[in-house]
Amino acid sequence: MELPVISNTAESGGGGCSSHSCGSTADQLNQIPDEILQKVFNHPCYSEDAHHHFARMHVAVAPACNIQCHYCNRKYDCANESRPGVVSELLTPDQAAKKTLVVASEIPQMSVLGIAGPGDPLANPERTFATFQMLSEHAPDIKLCVSTNGLMLPQSVDEIAKHNIDHVTITINCVDPDVGAKIYPWIFWNNKRIKGREGAAILIEQQQKGLEACIAKGILVKVNSVMIPGVNDEHLKEVSRVVKSKGAFLHNVMPLIAEAEHGTFYGLTGQRGPTQDELQALQDACAGDMNMMRHCRQCRADAVGLLGEDRGAEFTLDKIAEYELDLEGAAARRAEVRDRIAAELEEKRNAKAAAPAPKLVALDMSGLATKEALRPVKMAVATSGGGLINQHFGHAKEFLIYEASEKGVRFLGHRKTDLYCTGGDTCGDADTTLQQTVKALEGCEVVLCSKIGYEPWGMLEEAGIAPNGEHAMEGIEDAVMAVYAEMASAGKLVETAEVPAQSAA
Amino acid sequence: MALEINDLCVNCWACEPLCPNKAIYSAAPHFEIDPDKCTECAGDFADAQCAAICPIEGAIVDELGDALNPPGSLTGIPLQLLAEAAGSAAGTAAKTS
Ligand code: SF4
Ligand code: SF4
Ligand code: SF4
Repeated sequence: MELPVISNTAESGGGGCSSHSCGSTADQLNQIPDEILQKVFNHPCYSEDAHHHFARMHVAVAPACNIQCHYCNRKYDCANESRPGVVSELLTPDQAAKKTLVVASEIPQMSVLGIAGPGDPLANPERTFATFQMLSEHAPDIKLCVSTNGLMLPQSVDEIAKHNIDHVTITINCVDPDVGAKIYPWIFWNNKRIKGREGAAILIEQQQKGLEACIAKGILVKVNSVMIPGVNDEHLKEVSRVVKSKGAFLHNVMPLIAEAEHGTFYGLTGQRGPTQDELQALQDACAGDMNMMRHCRQCRADAVGLLGEDRGAEFTLDKIAEYELDLEGAAARRAEVRDRIAAELEEKRNAKAAAPAPKLVALDMSGLATKEALRPVKMAVATSGGGLINQHFGHAKEFLIYEASEKGVRFLGHRKTDLYCTGGDTCGDADTTLQQTVKALEGCEVVLCSKIGYEPWGMLEEAGIAPNGEHAMEGIEDAVMAVYAEMASAGKLVETAEVPAQSAA
Repeated sequence: MALEINDLCVNCWACEPLCPNKAIYSAAPHFEIDPDKCTECAGDFADAQCAAICPIEGAIVDELGDALNPPGSLTGIPLQLLAEAAGSAAGTAAKTS
């Protein structure tokens, strides 16, 4: 029996996006023009291949905000962009532009700059656009991104279109003012503070207008949503449908993180965040079928550097002020790096294409009672890139989650190990890193890695997750399928009453 | 007639650009209002602009020291929870939740 590896196909079987509920069938994809798809597929933030090679950074220049979200404490950065409780160093537009240029000189892989919180970039248009202006001038090859709550987006679209802005991210948590009233206590609008449902209704209207205006101008729009169980979790499927039908290329669902220590409404009233499994199920229903899109890392706004590394500490304001820029030299180095990476990626893609049917994984089902349906299994993979199982369990900052089923292997998304509070003085007796990692793998039955230590091995087994180091350096999809086949032959996959198939539905 | 910013201010800059009289300026440890310039927005806006956007309850007060945005008025957090949170922050590292 041949099992295809499902990549970008619309029909995804168990747990997948049913085309009716989230509107991202092949039809939907066809609405997105080719050049936009191209742009997205080569984008360091969304391409699994590319993002291991490119670096991105965020700067904070725009501290003011014009709305209040119930999960945000304004002592800290915009919670839409960072984990709650993070404080970024506020820069002037001059400092921000210089910092970006310095980083782009020192790290030639630097290719994306985002303007992020604290605050809303479009509530501070002068500072935001002054920064973009300087960068478009001095480093036109760097892609610029702006993230906003959307309130001032319709008014800002013309200005955005003037700059080298690659895409706009809007955080949209609802399209229904009744839901909005439970998320946004107030907005500042036309020189007044407007509370409750009325404020939420204006915000929603502005977000939708802004989204439409960006699409009409050919600006890429990504939509982020914060999943708040019991408030907007079911509603986000509707949000997904609406924003995609208007042309957003990606709808990205993030978990609510609420702790009493953050002092937010949700934190203090005990609103819980979603479990990893709830999150994944909703992401699955909303992310659509475009596998590559699932590689959006919801990157932390406060990190500098390549994926998984943070070199922010190297770039202090003193160092930046003293640094002598060689703009042309740096641009040339970046161009060289980009060409090299492009060539490498091309080569890899060609190699993949040339390999004999690499996407087909044989699963020997002979000797099995194949009449019985096999349940799908989620597996976590530790990888440092290249499509291989090549990372030590203890080194993994994130895991790729795959679902194996009779239909094949499907990539579901990432899970970060540091998503939740990392302890320290603000969090009291928080979990150990290891406990957090195990928690992050909830719902997975197997974790594949190159090596794993004794202690984590025990903890994983206790949590019902089988550690597996037998497939080190093998291709991920082949290995996942091989493990699935083993489980099948061991009779572990037959649907039984006491093993509910969580994701089949 | 003038408003005042106190040490609850988190220096978020939201109020500064809105003042019709340029009365608000960035200072350490927090933003300040120049009492000679502040008119409480009389004649310009129906609501005092700084107080209409300030996200922090209690940070902006009038001449009597009364908060324009009293506790709970912006966040919607019940007063009892606010008091508990303040209590546990003020106390030792003892965790209540
Ligand atoms: S938009 Fe960002 S900064 Fe403003 S309240 Fe919401 S999370 Fe906080
Ligand atoms: S009340 Fe009006 S005039 Fe006075 S500081 Fe605030 S914004 Fe300025
Ligand atoms: S809006 Fe409030 S918290 Fe922000 S700077 Fe002004 S007074 Fe301070």
